[in-house]
Amino acid sequence: MKVRRAGQREEETELQMTPMIDIVFQLLVFFIMTFKIVSPEGDFNIKMPLAAPSEGLPDDTQLPPIKVTLKAGAGGRLSSIRMGTKALGGVGDLRREIREIVGDDHGPGSIAAETEVEFDCDYDLKFEYVIDAITAVSGRIEGQKVIKMIEKIKFSPPKKPT
Amino acid sequence: MRYGKRGGLGLAKGEMTPMIDMTFQLIAFFMVLVNFSEADQNERIKLPASELAKPPDKPLEEPLTLQLTEDATVLLGPQEVPIEGLAGLLLREKQMLEAMGRNPSQTTVIIRADRNAKTGVVQRVIDVCQRPEIGFEKFALRAKQQAPQAKGA
Repeated sequence: MKVRRAGQREEETELQMTPMIDIVFQLLVFFIMTFKIVSPEGDFNIKMPLAAPSEGLPDDTQLPPIKVTLKAGAGGRLSSIRMGTKALGGVGDLRREIREIVGDDHGPGSIAAETEVEFDCDYDLKFEYVIDAITAVSGRIEGQKVIKMIEKIKFSPPKKPT
Repeated sequence: MRYGKRGGLGLAKGEMTPMIDMTFQLIAFFMVLVNFSEADQNERIKLPASELAKPPDKPLEEPLTLQLTEDATVLLGPQEVPIEGLAGLLLREKQMLEAMGRNPSQTTVIIRADRNAKTGVVQRVIDVCQRPEIGFEKFALRAKQQAPQAKGA
């Protein structure tokens, strides 16, 4: 064991901090410059009729789709919503109507799981109104919980531009 | 005029430890939050908002992101084409997927359409994806998450 003599001066090792601080600040600047706040995004799955008709007989047990018609007014704004032949006041009404049909039961085999909604939209309608309508039929939020309603969604064949 | 004595200049020693601590914490913060997936999120696209648009629990297995601007231009990665040129682009994409041993029918096409895009144009994009020679079958419409009370019904 090495015994330090009394009065021996300790050797001080000087660390070169400058290069490290240089690099650290360069990293910091890089991350600040590339930083971008991104809001969370989610998806709505949709099913579209295939271009080629499927072979075989149609399934009789399958419920017919609920047809929701979205009409465009001036500037691509939503002018009217119909569910089947019934005129609705807005997407709030659409949500209420769908809730009345599917009820609060969900899960495999429930009406909500079996029912399909078909959206028939005007060509010029702004896409945000379609997402509003899809949101209205897809579910609702109670407290912090998402109550799912209809998950089978499809579009009618596209209309010609006006 | 005063001159300092030779060798008599004292070095002012600042306390570096707190600054380095703070700087490393900032670097760690930005490293965790940095998002490099800019290819899938173009700034020109203003997504529609929805209270039900929650980020998925697990990422999609084989996604293909198509972005649609308000003026009906489709972006696929760094490439930008009008709808008329989309079929050729998707055909190449399908061939690449097949070369990698993937099945295009299992690929989910994520459509990030601008909120002001025309619905008919979105449907045309889906229509092109579905053509028999291309054969994409699964689609997802993307929206940004919004607080429930932020938008009236």
